[in-house]
Amino acid sequence: MTNIFNYVDRKSPVHAMTGASKLVCLLLWSFGAMSSFDPRFLFALFVLALVLFKISKIRVADIRFMLWFTFVFCILNNLLIFLFSPMHGTEVYGACHEIFHIAGRYTVTQEQLLYHLNVFLKYAATIPIVLLFVTTTDPSEFASSLNRIGVNYKIAYSVALALRYIPDIQREYHDITLSLQARGVEMSKKASLGARLKTASGTLVPLILSSMDRIEVISNAMELRSFGKNKKRTWYRYRKFTAWDFGAMLLGLAVLVLSIVLTAFVNHSRYYNPFV
Amino acid sequence: MEPIISFKNFGFKYTVQKEPTLFDINLDIYPGQKVLIAGPSGCGKSTLVSCLNGLAPFSYDGEYTGSLTVGGKEARESDIFTRSKVIGTVLQDSDAQFVGLTVAEDIAFALENDEVPVEDMKRRVDTAAALVDVQGHLAHAPHELSGGQKQRVSLAGVLVDDVDVLLFDEPLANLDPAAGEAAIELIDRIAKEQNKTVIIIEHRLEDVLHCAIDRVVLMDEGRILADTTPEELLCSDLLQKTGIREPLYITALKYAGVTVQPSMHPAHIETLSLSEAEKEKVRAWYEASQEEEAAPPAETLLEVKDLTFRYGNGFEALKDINLRLRKGEMTAIAGRNGAGKSTLCKLICGFEQQQEGRILLKGSDTKTMSIKERAEHVGYVMQNPNQMISKVFIKDEVGLGLVLRGRSQEEVDAAVDEALATCSLSPFVDWPVSALSYGQKKRVTIASILSLRPEVILLDEPTAGQDFRRYTEIMEFLEALNRSGVTVVLITHDMHLMLEYCDRALVFSEGRLLADDSPAAVLSDPALIEKASLKKTSLYALAGLCGIADARAFTDRFIRCDRKERRGQ
Repeated sequence: MTNIFNYVDRKSPVHAMTGASKLVCLLLWSFGAMSSFDPRFLFALFVLALVLFKISKIRVADIRFMLWFTFVFCILNNLLIFLFSPMHGTEVYGACHEIFHIAGRYTVTQEQLLYHLNVFLKYAATIPIVLLFVTTTDPSEFASSLNRIGVNYKIAYSVALALRYIPDIQREYHDITLSLQARGVEMSKKASLGARLKTASGTLVPLILSSMDRIEVISNAMELRSFGKNKKRTWYRYRKFTAWDFGAMLLGLAVLVLSIVLTAFVNHSRYYNPFV
Repeated sequence: MEPIISFKNFGFKYTVQKEPTLFDINLDIYPGQKVLIAGPSGCGKSTLVSCLNGLAPFSYDGEYTGSLTVGGKEARESDIFTRSKVIGTVLQDSDAQFVGLTVAEDIAFALENDEVPVEDMKRRVDTAAALVDVQGHLAHAPHELSGGQKQRVSLAGVLVDDVDVLLFDEPLANLDPAAGEAAIELIDRIAKEQNKTVIIIEHRLEDVLHCAIDRVVLMDEGRILADTTPEELLCSDLLQKTGIREPLYITALKYAGVTVQPSMHPAHIETLSLSEAEKEKVRAWYEASQEEEAAPPAETLLEVKDLTFRYGNGFEALKDINLRLRKGEMTAIAGRNGAGKSTLCKLICGFEQQQEGRILLKGSDTKTMSIKERAEHVGYVMQNPNQMISKVFIKDEVGLGLVLRGRSQEEVDAAVDEALATCSLSPFVDWPVSALSYGQKKRVTIASILSLRPEVILLDEPTAGQDFRRYTEIMEFLEALNRSGVTVVLITHDMHLMLEYCDRALVFSEGRLLADDSPAAVLSDPALIEKASLKKTSLYALAGLCGIADARAFTDRFIRCDRKERRGQ
């Protein structure tokens, strides 16, 4: 079974860092990458993310599903941009270098291609770091780090619980589909995609019913042990920041500062523009 | 001495219900007492638990009349959090109440919410873990633990708070027999060492009485029916009246015509003392009942040959399994969690594919058959009916398998009517599934499997988490089904179920088939019991007490007599 969104337990310096510092780094990094349209900068971030992946000992196989998902999403995103505004690049860069004409208002320009390259690189620069955070931070560490950066612990904990129960719900979904298959529901590739989607939705009723039962028991169990009594709570897994943690936060800060410097002083715009 | 818990003319009514659930409850529990609260489902014992720990009315809306004091304070005036510092609750489902990601975090959960500093917290977690003997598992995740260990963690999670009262809601429901016995011993030890008051809600009377209990409070229909010692209760007829199972040795004594009296110390088989005349009565009963002649073996429906299965991670779940299921049998598959029981069922149904060996259905290899094709011969019923039901109306749910196979409307209707009749659900044919009780839903899932007319049905823990009344309802239904010609296979760790209802037991341990024999034989074999995490029945000890050498034959005869009695009723 594929794990969609899950912690992968390995020993590495990235795993050893506190969730809070990784979260801060992730947020700063994302802001930095999101605000810049400089392909050189984004490419450098992508390479850096790959290096971090290497250090974290997370393998491609661990995140294959999410990689495919984001890849498809990225392609779709690019296609839609081209479909709805084929001249967006020209508007942004204020130049028009036509390569070839397709039909009607659809013309491929160098500017548009550069813009698409930027969108693509944005995915490449941010998705690996998000996946890295998710696979190296276990749910309770994640909850405590959200709480540490100021999110209410009740919200933080419910997010963590949701993450923690994803594997259970996946297992349950798997069992339900097996029992439906035994009844005669065709779920293999023999059935059409539409038919499979329809039957997959059939599993939702039992899945929701049994999840509701589960939620009631968990919330009772939590209240019986004082969850929600005070405004704050402490965390068993609380750890002091180490040099690695400060390093991670500095790295995030550096990414953001560099992005701002590029925008304000080098490119004088969010875009790197080789055309004008 | 002041009672630590005191109900005075107490009553409780849920906001969503018209009638009160509890009436006229008068009950004083004193510090250091060990009290068992028993009663059939719907008797109000779960509501009593919720009133004690504060879930009612703080989570389940409702109002109460009369008074309830906990630790001398009126419960009305304290919230659920204050209450949890006096009464620690260990819920029935130790899996679902495992909130933390690891053992240590789960034990620390209450301390975290009380803002205990981390150093102090770690020290207290270590102490609590050592008390229940899980200190070696602090970094483990819930799925790495056995059911018994999870329950220990839950107990440690309330012990970190130094509560006065420990409240156990059906502690035996999810445990195999050996783990259940260990749990009762642990509760007893903690109560003595830590000087706690203990309240246990449970309907498995014989198993709870394994360690001494001071009082038994028997409830029925929202009222307290009896508040007495276990000895007195066992000598009365209240257990039969309320549908609670009495210990097997007590039933055996009654069959033999022995009148059970408090002076015999009947609460435990170890303390039971019988006069020579009484022993003679038991021996006479034993000799008077005859061994039954074994029926000639029926035709083989399903045969498993040299079956070996490994999961993707290399774990060998089954090794060299050979067995036959014959037409008309009612067979139990027993063994602790992870012994390979469920894996065997998955292989038979085609959910997984074996690496070695063959599974033959009426002589033909199933290797090339799809899940759907196998389902026409072997029906699989999951443990939780909520996991199987995907249609709103009963009729659609039961007919689903046939509709998907493209049968004509008349054919579907005929099969649905027949399956519903078999499951005594005909009056509900046009009802929505959501209007049914748990036991009825279970029958709907069985009907939906039966509509395909399989020769064998496999049921995964059909009675898990059910009280004796529902258990009896489900099992008697399966027994009737079996008599009508359907071969039934049950996965279970309930020994009573095996003894009472099955002709045959297949015992698994660590992926191997350890035994294939009658339940009475299996449960009289000490070496096998130890290996498979089962428990010796008290009949074994009773046979010894009365000087009957062949405990297995004694058990066999008891079962036959018991079945006749049940069918006679």
